[in-house]
Amino acid sequence: MLEAVLLGFLFSIFLVFAGRYFRGKLAVLSALIPISLFVYFASFINEVAQGKVILESVEWIPSFGVNLSFTLDGLSLLFALMITGVGSLVFLYTAAYLKNHKYLDRFYGYLSLFMSAMLGLVLSDNLMSMFIFWELTSISSFYLIGFNNDKADSRKSALTALGITGIGGLLFLGGAVLLGDVAGTYRISEMLGMSDSILKSPEYILIVILIFAAAFTKSAQFPFHFWLPGAMKAPTPVSTYLHSATMVKAGVYLLFRMSPVLGGSDFWHHTLIIFGAITMLYSAIHIIFRTDLKGILAYSTISALGILVFLIGIGTQAALIAASVFIIVHALYKASLFLITGIIDHETGTRDITQLSGLKKVLMPVAIAGFIAALISGGVPPSLGFVGKDLIYEATLHFENNAILLTVIAIATNILLFYAGFVAGVKPFFGKLPDKFEKVHMPSPLMWIPPLLMTVGGLIFGIFPGLIETTFAKPIVNALVTDTEDFHLKLWHGFNTILALSATTLVLGTILYFTIKPKHKLEQAISKLDRIAPKNLLFKLSNGFVDFSSLWTSVFQNGYLRHYLSLIVAFLIIAVGFLLFKDFSLNIDLRSLSRVTIYEISILTMLLCSVLYTVFTKSRLAAVASMGVVGLSFSLLFLFYSAPDLAMTQFSVDTLTVILFVLVLYKLPKYLNLSDNKVRIKHGILSLVFGSMITLLILRVLSEPKNTEISEYYAENAYTLAHGKNIVNVILVDFRGIDTMIEISVLIVAALGVFGLLKLRLKSKDKK
Amino acid sequence: MKTLILRSASSYLLPVLLIFSVFILLRGHYLPGGGFVGGLVAAIAFVLDAFANGLKKTKILIKIHPGFLMPLGLLVAFLSGISPMIIADMPIMTGLWAGHPIPVIGAIGTPLFFDIGVYLVVIGASLTIIFTISESA
Repeated sequence: MLEAVLLGFLFSIFLVFAGRYFRGKLAVLSALIPISLFVYFASFINEVAQGKVILESVEWIPSFGVNLSFTLDGLSLLFALMITGVGSLVFLYTAAYLKNHKYLDRFYGYLSLFMSAMLGLVLSDNLMSMFIFWELTSISSFYLIGFNNDKADSRKSALTALGITGIGGLLFLGGAVLLGDVAGTYRISEMLGMSDSILKSPEYILIVILIFAAAFTKSAQFPFHFWLPGAMKAPTPVSTYLHSATMVKAGVYLLFRMSPVLGGSDFWHHTLIIFGAITMLYSAIHIIFRTDLKGILAYSTISALGILVFLIGIGTQAALIAASVFIIVHALYKASLFLITGIIDHETGTRDITQLSGLKKVLMPVAIAGFIAALISGGVPPSLGFVGKDLIYEATLHFENNAILLTVIAIATNILLFYAGFVAGVKPFFGKLPDKFEKVHMPSPLMWIPPLLMTVGGLIFGIFPGLIETTFAKPIVNALVTDTEDFHLKLWHGFNTILALSATTLVLGTILYFTIKPKHKLEQAISKLDRIAPKNLLFKLSNGFVDFSSLWTSVFQNGYLRHYLSLIVAFLIIAVGFLLFKDFSLNIDLRSLSRVTIYEISILTMLLCSVLYTVFTKSRLAAVASMGVVGLSFSLLFLFYSAPDLAMTQFSVDTLTVILFVLVLYKLPKYLNLSDNKVRIKHGILSLVFGSMITLLILRVLSEPKNTEISEYYAENAYTLAHGKNIVNVILVDFRGIDTMIEISVLIVAALGVFGLLKLRLKSKDKK
Repeated sequence: MKTLILRSASSYLLPVLLIFSVFILLRGHYLPGGGFVGGLVAAIAFVLDAFANGLKKTKILIKIHPGFLMPLGLLVAFLSGISPMIIADMPIMTGLWAGHPIPVIGAIGTPLFFDIGVYLVVIGASLTIIFTISESA
């Protein structure tokens, strides 16, 4: 299985080098990759249908419990087949859709990168490897949405999508780490038995919230749904593949996978039901206001994802069956509708539903595909959509709480989805053909065969639901529910409540389709509400963040050195002062201090004089020189207190500092009084406070008991261990040599920094 | 500042100060001194020369850009640090000493080479900073 996952990665790497051969007619050969993978995964259908779970594990980072372990059960097989199956059709379709595109090879590279990442995601049994594949899907999606990178719109949408799904990915990592911590393993198959102890752990709520956040961002649940309509800027094959059939279902897949481990609590079920219900209804209502075909499909996709989350939230066996069948239904009709939209866009140059009509005259096979897709989407018998819709109603009707309310929401959503399917799949083809579309001609068969194939599949599965029952529905339920009841998928259940509900949906949907016509006016009307839409609120939040950052920066980093210095000093005063005065006690034994001699008095006098001179002198050079005197006085002090090493170093450093100052200041104009007295007084107070605080700090240190253990160790061992008599130097080059090593590295970095900054400026000056 | 006195003095002071800096470097092991101070003294010697004769002449005198001394010194220090690992299979930064001290230089060992590395880095870094600033000022 590892090879199957890696195949797409290898192919995209191969395209980096051999891409130019795949831009022309050979491009269609790329489809061999997903087709062969589809055949490979299809060969497991029998084994999995018999209830076998195929496990494979390759050690990757065993010390962290991160391994490439793959599992193939009903759920992952369904997703794998969907990824490779829809993938094959999309690969074929792209060859015609982007024919002779300059970057066709690049597009295939991104697509196969995505396919592999997605396969890895659904096959992973290890949470960590799943996270890595999860992120890879976000990244490849970023490239694909921004494929038309010369358009500002595409770039922005790509960034939004990456931002939202990226935040989700980060939260997923958090949830995975916490969950791995609680369970003691990252393997999902090992967690299955620990469900009870995980539910009782104090971190449970946090884990669930993090996993939800990941799933909701990826699967575009309210209020994170807005990246998906934006992602429609991508070329249609991408919308088909990533943003309706596979990637957006990754969040749903995660919820599926986690429901045996984390499900079972009220929090899990209620949250999912609430968010799913809001999403499915909210975005279904949005459909009415859209006129762009892809916009309609995007919102109906969000709504469908909402239904899936909603069903997982209900979590009964009936609901899980409904969800797994609905995934297949949705993949079949939504991918077809997207491909059909792509054909319409490709041939007529517009996706505006108010302009499109009568296309069946020129695009007959496409019209057939569109019609069948609409039937599946609307749940008209005998399509698989009908089976799927019945299962949904069965799940809601038999749920113990608020069954009526949930069923009403489900019916309302389904009516609107019926409308969406017919607007996208039927409306463009009926009515009068406008003159400007007379010359529209059929596209290459590579484009119209894939949607036709999928819709016909939807019909066949609908007539023979048994095909899905044994291959997918049962293995999935076996993988997710511990004690299963036997069930059968059927097209005809006899006359009962559910049939009545289905009929109501169909009738109301038809009425809706004939009464409401998509209009630009409606779209404009709803755009007035955009101000309070989650998208804009989030954008406002991010703009506010930027504004706050620039305000913060302009306050703390305004470019004036004196400002930085006073800020640093003020901060130190507050931070150190707080700790110092929290419990301040000063008890210095005056007798323990050594006697003050005439040397110290004279040096202190010298220090004081030169400090005062520095502050009040009118000449810059004189100030620098008297600063030098301060430094030299200090080195004298060190000398008196028997620290010759320190004195020497201080002496040389001070010499160099003075030279540096002189070099910089020498060429400046004569002393100008730039700061007024107010500022000077402010700085003076700041310095005085800082100085007195440091003095107090040192006095405080003196009153602490001395710890001489370390210095004694050095004194004893300097000669015996390091053959040196100068302890300071032995510490520098031997005992703590690695510190010195790092210090000289820092010194080099500083020198390089100065060199780079100044030389770069010199060069740009030279250019002028 | 091209005064005659400073210029004549610096032509004597430069070699003397350089020798003095090496002396400080070598004596560091037993008495106050060491690579850091030695490097600073050497840097001061060159800066003095630059004051007296102009930066251009000093640069010609040094021949290579002082910046190159930095990686060289870091390399010397690093090699002396890891040599115990390679030669004697001992932990990093273990001091290795060669037999009896040599007159004038003193005991030879990896810490000495480490100090030489520090010495070179300090010269390189301070001269790079000072030369760059004085060129741009």
